[in-house]
Amino acid sequence: MIPALFFYLFASLCVASALMVIAARNPVHSVLFLIMAFVNAAGLFLLLGAEFLAMILVVVYVGAVAVLFLFVVMMLDVDFVELREGFLQYLPVGALVGVAFLAEILLVVGAWSIGPGVPRLIAAPIPENLTNTQAIGLVLYTRYLYFFQAAGLVLLVAMIGAIVLTLRHKENVKRQDIGAQVARGPATSIEIRKVKSGQGL
Amino acid sequence: MAEFWTGFLFPLIIMVAQSLLLLVILLLAIAYILYADRKIWAAVQMRRGPNVVGPWGLLQSFADLLKFVLKEPVIPAGANKGVFLLAPLVACVLSLAAWAVIPVAENWVIADINVGILYIFAISSLGVYGIIMGGWASNSKYPFLSALRSAAQMVSYEVSIGFVIITVLLCVGSLNLSAIVDAQNGKYGLLNWYWLPLFPMFVIFFISALAETNRPPFDLVEAESELVAGFMVEYGSTPYMLFMLGEYVAIATMCAMGTILFLGGWLPPVPYPPFTWIPGVFWFTGKCLFLFFMFAMVKAIVPRYRYDQLMRLGWKVFLPISLAMVAIVAGVLQYGGLAPK
Repeated sequence: MIPALFFYLFASLCVASALMVIAARNPVHSVLFLIMAFVNAAGLFLLLGAEFLAMILVVVYVGAVAVLFLFVVMMLDVDFVELREGFLQYLPVGALVGVAFLAEILLVVGAWSIGPGVPRLIAAPIPENLTNTQAIGLVLYTRYLYFFQAAGLVLLVAMIGAIVLTLRHKENVKRQDIGAQVARGPATSIEIRKVKSGQGL
Repeated sequence: MAEFWTGFLFPLIIMVAQSLLLLVILLLAIAYILYADRKIWAAVQMRRGPNVVGPWGLLQSFADLLKFVLKEPVIPAGANKGVFLLAPLVACVLSLAAWAVIPVAENWVIADINVGILYIFAISSLGVYGIIMGGWASNSKYPFLSALRSAAQMVSYEVSIGFVIITVLLCVGSLNLSAIVDAQNGKYGLLNWYWLPLFPMFVIFFISALAETNRPPFDLVEAESELVAGFMVEYGSTPYMLFMLGEYVAIATMCAMGTILFLGGWLPPVPYPPFTWIPGVFWFTGKCLFLFFMFAMVKAIVPRYRYDQLMRLGWKVFLPISLAMVAIVAGVLQYGGLAPK
């Protein structure tokens, strides 16, 4: 009974905050509700016994990705009220597209039958007496090693691409060269001269 | 019904009682490490520090508490009221929540979960929200600038703390905090602890912990010469106190984390009597206080970093070193036959 209670608590909060993400007037509030949805989803993972996934969800999505969202939204200062001005005017077209899309999804999902062999294909059931951190590691680094590494490579390429596109070295900007500073010694930076009294240099 | 009592309600009551006990002791400890921080800082600068309230100023923190609580909370007219008041609560509650999984002695822990270290990491990565929300909701220039700085700083240093945690985990083979302490148990006492084999990581952890908790020399978030008081400019009375409390609890958490990861948690430094007669909780507290003393000394003697230097240190120095150390430690463990089973 208790887990069911917590399930409904997390699930209803998750759905409610997901709704608020699109309903909130203020974009920053939207992102804060998104964070709340993430945290509640992590709670659902915990109820499933997937504690590792729950913590990773919090670390990656809430701790890093949502911070960036929040920043972009805070910096852009989007005026959503202005964006909503033509809402009624575009409503029929939008509704039409939405209904068409929903019908398509229903057609596809409705005709979907699960093949008889599929349940047996569910990869590597979690062995008993393993923590789920170990279980995930076993599957990820043996069966799906190539996919996992390929996904990592894709992300790396995307990251390098973003850096290459945005990196500009401006001319005439003073930069600190730590190596040069450290390598500088008395021999290279001071010159000692004997100055006779009464005469300048 | 009887099952409901024995299976759910009694454990719940016990857990609430334990949590309250821990909370009270923790808050008392925070009151005194705050006092200690000010005294150490004063001693280094040859001042007296707080010495008026109570004998040797021992009641100073409680006087401050009363002062904060009795003042009128001022909310700026342009502030986003809900978020403005939520921010200090988030900062304070999140940093207190981390203590639920910290084992202060053998089996003295409220929730002995399998992914304890990840939990602390996750909670401390959420700490940035208190600052961002406070900075944004104040609707004022300096707090917002400070929130920008803090997010960049905390996200950068989390990366190296993450890698430090991974190297320790590679040596332990478990994410459970008690297991991490047990793995450092051996007949050489303090030479068995991870600070010795993983010394570079201990240094990186210590410095990153300073940056993660916005302590000097990395207190650019509240650099008073540039940003008045950072994200806390618009705060006063109890909300300000909650921020302050959250900050010091986060520091205590980082000290506890350093103790568990590198200084053998509750283990005595010499594993023979009479040292083993002393209960583990004293060793744990002693090590935490030692780390806190180091934090306070750094605050007293190191000048503040410049912001670009801070970013350079995080991304160009700590990240490559800690990434290389993960690979090196993994290689040594694997090919030296030392890997945990």
